[in-house]
Amino acid sequence: MAETIHSSAHPGAHRADHLFIAEMVTPGSRVLDVGCGDGALLQLLMDTKAVDGRGIELSRERVSACVARGLSVIQGDADRDLDDYPDRAFDYAVLSLTIQATRYPREVLLNLLRIGRRAIVSFPNFGHWGIRAQLLFTGRMPVTPNLPDSWYASPNAHLCTIKDFTDLVQHVDAEVEEAVAFSARGKKLPIRNSRSAQNLFGEKAVFLLRHRTQ
Amino acid sequence: MESHFVVPSGEARQSRASVDPAQRLREASRPSSEVLVLPESEPLHLDGGQLLAPVQIAYKTWGALNAERSNAILVCHALTGDQYVVGEHPVTGKAGWWETLVGPGKPIDTNRFFVICANILGGCMGTTGPASINPKTGRPYGLDFPVITIGDMVQAQVRLIDHLGIPELFSVIGGSMGGMQVLEWAARHKERVFSAIPIATAALHSSQNIAFHEVGRQAVMADPDWCGGNYHAAGKVPRNGLAVARMAAHITYLSEDALHEKFGRNLQNRAERTFSFDADFQVESYLRHQGSTFVDRFDANSYLYITRAMDYYDLAAEHGQVLASAFAGTRTRFFVVSFSSDWLYPTRESRKIVHALNAVAANVSFVEIQSNKGHDAFLLEEPELFATVRGFVDSAAQRRGIA
Repeated sequence: MAETIHSSAHPGAHRADHLFIAEMVTPGSRVLDVGCGDGALLQLLMDTKAVDGRGIELSRERVSACVARGLSVIQGDADRDLDDYPDRAFDYAVLSLTIQATRYPREVLLNLLRIGRRAIVSFPNFGHWGIRAQLLFTGRMPVTPNLPDSWYASPNAHLCTIKDFTDLVQHVDAEVEEAVAFSARGKKLPIRNSRSAQNLFGEKAVFLLRHRTQ
Repeated sequence: MESHFVVPSGEARQSRASVDPAQRLREASRPSSEVLVLPESEPLHLDGGQLLAPVQIAYKTWGALNAERSNAILVCHALTGDQYVVGEHPVTGKAGWWETLVGPGKPIDTNRFFVICANILGGCMGTTGPASINPKTGRPYGLDFPVITIGDMVQAQVRLIDHLGIPELFSVIGGSMGGMQVLEWAARHKERVFSAIPIATAALHSSQNIAFHEVGRQAVMADPDWCGGNYHAAGKVPRNGLAVARMAAHITYLSEDALHEKFGRNLQNRAERTFSFDADFQVESYLRHQGSTFVDRFDANSYLYITRAMDYYDLAAEHGQVLASAFAGTRTRFFVVSFSSDWLYPTRESRKIVHALNAVAANVSFVEIQSNKGHDAFLLEEPELFATVRGFVDSAAQRRGIA
């Protein structure tokens, strides 16, 4: 949970993945936002869905900013500080554009599925055709407006494609209740049922997940 | 722990106009602030098993209680603090110890909230303690005073809140030992605490912290003027012992960086070392000043009893060794604060509190504030502390429907 990716082109405008996440959340529910950054998603969910929202954020400065604006946020680390939470303490455990920056994505995902009745994960899709083309034609790690850092400066330790993520979901015995792929500008792809098509044309994705055993 | 780390380098403050010892003794029995007296028929049931009565509780309030009685904030003071949070201190003449945070327009806004602070049980500013007159003997309690706990201090506060007719406190806030009282309120009286702000504190007193306290107590007891605790009757004050205790403790309230930045190895009003045991170094002079001014305003036996109460504090031990159990079922909103350079109550202690609160899915905010001022940072100019406390309090007030 180092630096999350900032994609909002217009300050004050809502991030596309936040809007899709907000669509998935039931009003009045309890939400834990892991890697909550400046608290924009929590604020959006509280304003539009009246949720009981909490956050965890690694950066001390951002935590202070969140608390100063009245959000319930703790300074902590997704890789270390999720173990304490009891099972199903929240209706949703959310990880927005953060999983690729965690050290142990599988363990973090398992914790999300344990803490929340549902988990919502958004991430940049490394399977997008533009990224594939860059790697194919330049032979170098892709740098895009969506993933702007050079490989050595990137906080993203575990980038994956939509198909990779779907495999992980299977592997941790969870099921996908909803999967939305969208462009960097926030346009939802019309294709819903074909993971291959989403994987090729989606720049980012949001997955709504549930553990099979719950 | 009300030290204000503001000595201009190069010149230690000389003792200001000296404090009248008689005035200090008067404050212990007949304080300038308001008092509540619990009669013989309503004793405190101490954790040590004894009953204590009568008990006097000295307190001050600021602002007004609203019609719903929902806007009360209890401020819990630290080891050597008192009820004079805001305004002139009756003994030292100094400003209140938390005027940075409490007052009109401050994060704890006295225009908006009804703010209460009581001298703790065992204190020496008007609440019953070892310097108070024992009604059975007509003399100060001294060592006849029972050993008390943080829980006993909070029990006395509960009586005060009952007396003031407040069903639920909007918030309880305090740093250091004040933070222990906040945790105690949140654990033992959770239904009466809407929000809790424990700052620079811990859910137990560590072995190292007990060790420092023991050094302080031994310094007091080794002073012949302590007279086995009966110095009042002997007309003496264990000045040297208590000053040494304060000096040692004061080091733990600061940080190495802060000391280095403030004093380095600078000499005090001299160009050369004197090859004597004079206070050659500024840091020595500063500590001696801290020691002597403390003795002017604090009772030595009080210091023994209060440090003991802190040593005994272990919230998890009261709840089957599981800290989370202390908070089970809580609906209180918490804001836990630590300071990066605080080595007396380091951030990891605050994190344990946060983990316990997470384990019961409590509503908790937590920040570690970057500061080089050590433990005392909670009393000093820390804009991030003010901004976050303000944000937390405002948001909680909105939830509670306080205008």
